[in-house]
Amino acid sequence: MTAVTELTDAYQVAASTPDPELPMLTIEDLGILRTVDYSPAGEDGGQVTVTITPTYSGCPAMREITADVHSRLIRAGFPHVTVNTQLAPPWTTDWITADGHRKLAASGIAPPTPAPGRSGPIPLTLTAPPAPTCPRCGSFDTRRTAEFSATACKSLYRCQACDEPFEGVKAL
Amino acid sequence: MNTADTTPATDTTHLTDTTHLTDTTHPSPPSPADTTGLDDNPYDLLAQDHDEGHRWAFGTGFADPLAGIDTSVPAGLDPHALARWCLALGDDALIYSHRLQQWVARLPELEEETAVANIALDLLGQARLLLARAGGIVGQTEDRLAFFREEKEFRSVRLAEHDDRDFAELVVRLLIFSTWRLALFEELSSAADPVLAAIAAKGVNELAYHRDYAARWVVRLGDGTPVSHAKTQTALDSLWPLVGELFRPDPDALATVDPAAFDAILDTVLATAGLDRPTVAALAPVGGRTGRDGVHTEAMGYILAELQSVARAHPDATW
Repeated sequence: MTAVTELTDAYQVAASTPDPELPMLTIEDLGILRTVDYSPAGEDGGQVTVTITPTYSGCPAMREITADVHSRLIRAGFPHVTVNTQLAPPWTTDWITADGHRKLAASGIAPPTPAPGRSGPIPLTLTAPPAPTCPRCGSFDTRRTAEFSATACKSLYRCQACDEPFEGVKAL
Repeated sequence: MNTADTTPATDTTHLTDTTHLTDTTHPSPPSPADTTGLDDNPYDLLAQDHDEGHRWAFGTGFADPLAGIDTSVPAGLDPHALARWCLALGDDALIYSHRLQQWVARLPELEEETAVANIALDLLGQARLLLARAGGIVGQTEDRLAFFREEKEFRSVRLAEHDDRDFAELVVRLLIFSTWRLALFEELSSAADPVLAAIAAKGVNELAYHRDYAARWVVRLGDGTPVSHAKTQTALDSLWPLVGELFRPDPDALATVDPAAFDAILDTVLATAGLDRPTVAALAPVGGRTGRDGVHTEAMGYILAELQSVARAHPDATW
């Protein structure tokens, strides 16, 4: 194989790693896969270096993702794997791909609205931000019931039309 | 952490045999044959990173949160001043996070349970990054800094260690702390140290959620019933003496908070909530020293006793 083929393969393997807390999404869908590098040095195979970025500072899934990316690449025949962290620029939900939005909605989780543009001091928000449309019935008549949810990245909502509670990814 | 290191079972740093824990002076690492034998303590195997990264349970095993990041200190910065400053910011988050964790399972609603637990988790994540940054400079691990320092070595502000007496104190204290910390992190996101700047930029988004959550509760309680209003005003009055310390000059600081920016947010929330801004004096330093200098209130000893007891009882344990 050429190094280009190997890089493409390594990228595909790393990119298909699911997120442990949103398993319908891959880390590529979620926008936390930053780069995959391949250097063909070495007798028994080249070095793959994967760089990922945390969603939240305390996200416990980072450790799982690191281990999963690592083991997937080993099983795919890449013996030398390093998984690195990159903090800057910070992850934003705007990096969730269109495919990611579609998969979230199909799983009953409202995709995030566009992240607030940030320039200058962050304004205080004393009212609840606009709630997303209901991923089940599509109604706009929804309200947020809690800013935080079972995982760091989601809020809780309720649809007033179909009366179902649902989770939504926080815009960040 | 080097994830390329698929540590073989003989690596004693990954073993948590309880017989080692009870006698830490004689770790007596098992021979390679022991780790695969039938007489093995099964928990040894569970705690290891074996089979190329597959582990026995979600969330086990900790790795360097700054893995793969260039942690060299830029020329022109005093590494020890930078380490002290990162330690101060990390200690604020660690101690505050612990105080919030103590609320979990005691809160009035499930929604507040998840909120407070999430905020505590965010702060713990910030603490890990900041302690790892400080520890990388002074040659210590984040765990060593969190679990094996004495009270006088902790640099957290005294506001972080306050024991909230009720939910009103929880949200008022969180409003004060997160408003101040958000403003500080916004400034720090362009700090001269790129690692600290990246940690701060990441924290900004989280702290904005914390501040607004706290602010909405302060408004709801202050503008609520006569009882909730009175309790919130009492909480504000009793916490206000701890505000002054947040603005004391720090020679190691790589950024400062403009008191006017802090006041603008607080005054907006208090006016909306119908609460009076207290005029009480700041809690005096002790011999000119405050939390940043390692001088804490009585509450701190109890926090550290709880926070550090397991690690100190089992200093060779891994998790």
